[in-house]
Amino acid sequence: MSTTTLPPDGFTPAPKLADVLPPRKERSKLGMFAYRHPTIAVGGFMVSLFVLMAIFAPLLWTVDPTALAPARRTRPPSELYWFGTDMLGRDVYSRVIYGARISLIVGFGVAICAASIGLFIGLISGFIRAVDAVVMRIMDGMMSIPSILLAIAMMALTRASVENVIIAITIADVPRVSRLVRGVVLTLREQPYVEAAIAAGTRTPMIIIKHILPNTLAPVIVQATFLCASAMIAEATLSFIGAGTPPIIPSWGNIMAEGRALWQVKPYIVFFPAVFLSITVLSVNLLGDGLRDALDPRMAKRI
Amino acid sequence: MSNSQTPSSGRPLLEVKGLKKHFPIHGGILGGKTGNVYAVDGVSFSINRGETLSLVGESGCGKSTVGKAVLRLYPITDGEVLLDGRRVDNLPAGELRPLRKRMQVVFQDPFSSLNPRQKLRDIIAEPIVNFGMASGSELDDRVGDLLDKVRLPREAMYRYPHEFSGGQRQRIAIARALAPGSDLIICDEAVSALDVSVKAQIVNLLSDLQDELGLALLFISHDLAIVEHLTHRVAVMYLGKIVELADRKTLFSTPHHPYTRALLSAVPVPDPTVKRQRIILRGDVPSPINPPSGCRFHTRCPFVFDRCKVDEPQLRDVGMGRMSACHLDVVPDTVPEANRQAAVAA
Amino acid sequence: MSSSAPLLDIQNLQTHFGTIDGVVRAVEGVSFSINAGETVAVVGESGCGKSVTAMSILRLIATPPGKIAGKILFKGTNLLELSEPEMQAIRGNDISMIFQEPMTSLNPVLTVGRQIGETVMLHEGLSAKDAEQRAIEMLTLVGIPAPARRVREYPHQLSGGMRQRVMIAMALACSPQLLVADEPTTALDVTIQAQILELMRDLKTRVGAAIMLITHDLGVVAEMAQRVVVMYAGRKVEEGSVEEIFLNPLHPYTRGLMGSMPKLGSSLHETGRSKLTEIQGQVPSLRKPIIGCAFAGRCPNVTDVCRQMAPAIEEKAPKHLVACHYAPRAAAAA
Repeated sequence: MSTTTLPPDGFTPAPKLADVLPPRKERSKLGMFAYRHPTIAVGGFMVSLFVLMAIFAPLLWTVDPTALAPARRTRPPSELYWFGTDMLGRDVYSRVIYGARISLIVGFGVAICAASIGLFIGLISGFIRAVDAVVMRIMDGMMSIPSILLAIAMMALTRASVENVIIAITIADVPRVSRLVRGVVLTLREQPYVEAAIAAGTRTPMIIIKHILPNTLAPVIVQATFLCASAMIAEATLSFIGAGTPPIIPSWGNIMAEGRALWQVKPYIVFFPAVFLSITVLSVNLLGDGLRDALDPRMAKRI
Repeated sequence: MSNSQTPSSGRPLLEVKGLKKHFPIHGGILGGKTGNVYAVDGVSFSINRGETLSLVGESGCGKSTVGKAVLRLYPITDGEVLLDGRRVDNLPAGELRPLRKRMQVVFQDPFSSLNPRQKLRDIIAEPIVNFGMASGSELDDRVGDLLDKVRLPREAMYRYPHEFSGGQRQRIAIARALAPGSDLIICDEAVSALDVSVKAQIVNLLSDLQDELGLALLFISHDLAIVEHLTHRVAVMYLGKIVELADRKTLFSTPHHPYTRALLSAVPVPDPTVKRQRIILRGDVPSPINPPSGCRFHTRCPFVFDRCKVDEPQLRDVGMGRMSACHLDVVPDTVPEANRQAAVAA
Repeated sequence: MSSSAPLLDIQNLQTHFGTIDGVVRAVEGVSFSINAGETVAVVGESGCGKSVTAMSILRLIATPPGKIAGKILFKGTNLLELSEPEMQAIRGNDISMIFQEPMTSLNPVLTVGRQIGETVMLHEGLSAKDAEQRAIEMLTLVGIPAPARRVREYPHQLSGGMRQRVMIAMALACSPQLLVADEPTTALDVTIQAQILELMRDLKTRVGAAIMLITHDLGVVAEMAQRVVVMYAGRKVEEGSVEEIFLNPLHPYTRGLMGSMPKLGSSLHETGRSKLTEIQGQVPSLRKPIIGCAFAGRCPNVTDVCRQMAPAIEEKAPKHLVACHYAPRAAAAA
């Protein structure tokens, strides 16, 4: 079959096609991030707002949250006392703002401690079979006790202080994190890149540090945010039943506990700390949800 | 680069003798052992320096298990693995470690075989650092040279695996496998997950590297056409055993074992003018938990006779240096020969 | 060929996806047709848009984020204009689909018989008893031994090959006129693949459905197809009869594919080991509009014209369409 090559002027272009979808909007870097991860943006923004509020509490038109003023007891919210005063005449607004400190310290403290201890136990038991059998049975035993009961029991053994609250809640949370990390480690161990590292002569400690640990961090960070939220609730619960932060320190649980007796006549004493607690927990959970979606590779393909 | 002492000529680089790997099955309330998966059940072969031996077979035949057992990714049930005549299957971890630099691996999935949180430099340098072979700027040079070898730009060393395509990632995995100056690379389905055009790039790269560096390759694959392109010798596996072992030309031109013949005839030929008759095997591969008695292939073999069901054929020389595990000295040619003619014509 | 209208006529199909990183143009202006009883293979590498084309035909693309434009005429009706209930009446009845992964496309908690029977109960209004009878017939048709027992089994009790047979039985239960098979044998071992291909060829002569076969395996194409559509980066680059495509490929991409595919029997011709032809480089990103020819970045014969102007798809030989500026035109075709 004889063939001829087309001369250059004989090129036929393909017909132009219209765009089916509108092109992507140009966004700033920050805008793009918020568009991609709206829950992280909202949750992160609100959490940082609460953190700033806790740090700069003295500058936010507060008075001494522990100052007693028996003459001005149980005033309703007004221009002078934004959230009213409690039965000892203390300014509820100031107490609620300062109370954020306790909630956040306990929340972050528990998240950091429980995540690190859980990570350590999980890594070890995921890698060493003998340890695994013993440690995981202990963890199972601890998990069979409701964590709040475990925390109450811990508090009953010690004196009331913020540190002890953190320790008590941490101990109750460690089994869950350890289980999570161990599960992740067991999957990661089977990954070809870990097998390749073993074949490349990498020693076990280095395999854990270089290959396992960095890849467990994402799920642990997500878990830590949820721990933070649940620790805030646990702290409030413990304080509310009088087994938590010493009553002298304004914490949301303490404020609610003190207002409990007057709940039917002066509901605002309980109402404001409750609202702040709910919004803080919601923000932290939003952040956690957003992080999970962003860090979980299975969700990464989400459009 | 490799071990200082040169091996005596004639001794194979890798010898595997009677390798068995059984995985226990746990079940029941108490988690007791209820059976075994006979993944690899008595496999022997050897690989010389600079040679490619391919292990072919269908999924579940145990070919990948052989690779991982040779690498000592898990302990073996029975048998011997010898590297340069030295037994490595029973070495304690400390003595085994220095020998690991001589055997490296490239896995199938280019997405899970590289740690997503490491830069290329750290991935490729890992074995070099492990064996204390270089550090500092010398290490960077080494990594750069390895990237040259696998035809990736040197600047790539500062980037992460997710920035690369499947084919490029497989090049990275090859660079890592070359890094400690290995003598033997085990390619476990190393090109199976790649697209046709990229597969060709990687296959060519592997044969070039082999010629350049004198590498031995254990090429584990289910793709017979690829194997025919790059191998020197082939071992065909079925249900944990080698059924035929021969050099490339012998195996592909005159396959002996009925399973090899069926396998070859099943490969679709990319030529519409060829209409060939093929041996369609009946049924599925039996379970390796409960393999058939006698010859493991007898449940699907077109040439089965009574002896096959009770007496297990051993791998034996059936002429022309070919080893086959079939009771028949001459497998009937009636149908298979026609198949072969058609395949040859392709 | 004959003057009758084709069974399926795809015109200027565009399937785009709006993602947070921009618009992905998965299919960009693809046109081809399938006649009744014909087997057409759509070939290409991963990401070339062949599966998205199939999903678009059955309207299985989630919209949004996806959006389908163009025309898909099935027996003269534009499927893209039908309502969802009307489309459902066509799916599984007139057009049915076989997927690559038989395990994930079968419902693990329903028996095989239920799953086959459900389609016929839905489309043909059969009673449960008749539907089971039909399921047994279908299992017999696809060569499953002891079908009366197998209808009561669950997918996990079957092997991979058996499951693919069940998928085919399901797809054929309502005697469709078009069967869309998306990589039907890719997940299977080669000896099982041979069984399934044999079955599909056999069924085709008996059932007479047209088959749109989506695959990356040129060997499967050569054995099964009458006509071939080659796709690259969401575009059709070449189309022709299977003999034309294999014996006289005109597009450089098709030629590259043929060259890079290892062929069994290579050791018989050469003494040493042979080299495969490589296609250099990578597939272009579909997130940005491609200016010029989509293959320009990897083409061995690329010129400035290719980089600036996308080639129209033209008939360079009888019934042989190629989208390349430099594909030689057979003199006889003019």
